[in-house]
Amino acid sequence: MTNEALFPVVGVITDIRRDTPDVKTFRVVTPDGKKAFEHMPGQCAMLSIPGVGEAMFSITSSPTNTEFMEFSIKKCGCLTSWLHACEVGQMVTIRGPYGNGFPVETAFKGKNMLFIAGGIGLAPLRSVINYVRAHRADYGTVDIVYGSRSMDDLVDFKEIQEEWKNEKDFNVYLTIDRPQDGWDGHVGFVPAYVKEVNIPTDRTAILCGPPIMIKFTLQALLELGFEKTQVYTTLEFRMKCGIGKCGRCNVGNQYICKDGPVFRMDQLEELPSEY
Amino acid sequence: MKKISCENLSKLYSEIASLQELYLPVKESGVTNYKKYENGAEVDIKTLKTVKSAKDFFFPQTEDMMEFKVNGKNIEINDARKVANPFVIFGVRACDLKSFDILDKVFLQEPVDTMYKAKREASTIITLACNNPEQTCFCKTFGIDASNPAGDISAIIVNGEMLFEAKTEKGAELLNKLTCLEDAGDTDADAERAEIVKKSENLPFANLNLDEFKGENLMKLFDRPEWAELSKACLGCGTCTFVCPTCQCFDIRDFITNEGVRRFRCWDSCMYSEFTKMAAENPRKTQLQRYRQRFMHKLVYFPQNNDGVYGCVGCGRCVQKCPQNLNIIKVIKKLGGKNND
Repeated sequence: MTNEALFPVVGVITDIRRDTPDVKTFRVVTPDGKKAFEHMPGQCAMLSIPGVGEAMFSITSSPTNTEFMEFSIKKCGCLTSWLHACEVGQMVTIRGPYGNGFPVETAFKGKNMLFIAGGIGLAPLRSVINYVRAHRADYGTVDIVYGSRSMDDLVDFKEIQEEWKNEKDFNVYLTIDRPQDGWDGHVGFVPAYVKEVNIPTDRTAILCGPPIMIKFTLQALLELGFEKTQVYTTLEFRMKCGIGKCGRCNVGNQYICKDGPVFRMDQLEELPSEY
Repeated sequence: MKKISCENLSKLYSEIASLQELYLPVKESGVTNYKKYENGAEVDIKTLKTVKSAKDFFFPQTEDMMEFKVNGKNIEINDARKVANPFVIFGVRACDLKSFDILDKVFLQEPVDTMYKAKREASTIITLACNNPEQTCFCKTFGIDASNPAGDISAIIVNGEMLFEAKTEKGAELLNKLTCLEDAGDTDADAERAEIVKKSENLPFANLNLDEFKGENLMKLFDRPEWAELSKACLGCGTCTFVCPTCQCFDIRDFITNEGVRRFRCWDSCMYSEFTKMAAENPRKTQLQRYRQRFMHKLVYFPQNNDGVYGCVGCGRCVQKCPQNLNIIKVIKKLGGKNND
């Protein structure tokens, strides 16, 4: 088998962690125990179960992890339901990496960072956050605002509590939509919380979550005085090839699979809002 | 230049077919499509538009990619691609030839699609000038000259004879092997070509205005209210995309066989409601959005990404085949600019 863009290699799921009632994180390596390929934060991979389906997933683990890749996957369709039902040792097919990724080595370098995520939207950001932790000297202060429906729906809760909160110059702000027994943190929606925390406008912001959250959070950031050129997001779309040829994931003349999935808000402004 | 009398064309076909696999337009049950040449086939070089375009040679309607052997939790992947043997396509018209350039821009751009490239390299293309362009032909709008397509060998019918000219080394090599051809000497090819150009220019859609279709007008065109009226009758049947020589959208699907799972690539259509459907969302929910996508892609997005080359060659197949009589000409007339009525 050659390593051509549409042809996958075999991967093995070596660990499955339940994050929330509908999100599991899958660890994938090749049959000889290596990473399938190298990637940059924000890039994606095509995972498939032959006969079930193939779909694009954000690579959740940081490139600085040299042993394996991780994918945090929400159960929401045919393939994801199948993956949620499978066990450790299950083989999958994997190909990639696809997409541009976040500009961690260029535009982000030396910047104070603001990560804002809603629900499963943390998955692509986790890769960047852990990359920043691994290259701590290259980046300034890091603020993380993360919200979900309930405390049970916070993805990577253990890593956030035990690692991110203890990182130097990391500020973690968690919120859930409605009050809940056992939760003494903030309650409310992400956009309002972002304004409440009043984050300084010198940050480079990365937004990921449901479209409605992105829309209102961007509004909140602009009200705080952020420019659209400071705000990045990552889009999703149905994809088949991952290399800009199958024709379905375009927004205007941009293919999300190869020109994205990471876009700056001022770039998106020049494109139809069909995503 | 070489020649053969049109009465003796079957000799030519047989000779080419004895050297390589030969594909050419064949009429069967009243329908003309490219077929592999066999003795006695009803070769049809009068019909300009085969129902399916010639893109099928390089980007087949379905194509096996790989086979999976699944055993419990284990998966094994095996290559299922077929080797492309050298073949000749005879009778490619100027519009379809131009469509290969357009497909090349998609499939040969990095990362190169090796399945497409292998077939492209295995082919020798003999083009044929259109002596009588039809009312639905509008290749001239896209700057295509129906009288003088190149390919590896170009052919034109003049005064009951078919004349041949090699355009590439590969073409010259094949042409030199063909013993049924004789030297053409002086010909009236140029006069015939001038005649074809004149005919093309007088066709009703030969000079559509495309001025408005440029990148800087993207948002303006996208938001034009006319899309509602233009797309209203669209059934979403996808016929236009399947007969289109430049439509290149594909799906990758799995088929469960007795031995395992076969993964294949097949044509798909941006006109279909599930084309962009995800588990949780569909960014193009309405037929208006899907209709707009198809024409914005051909007339705005594609040229934006490919040095101004439009994703339409004016073959007119969609004009002939749409069951609702919708087509790209109506879109161009409505949105392309002044003097289009």
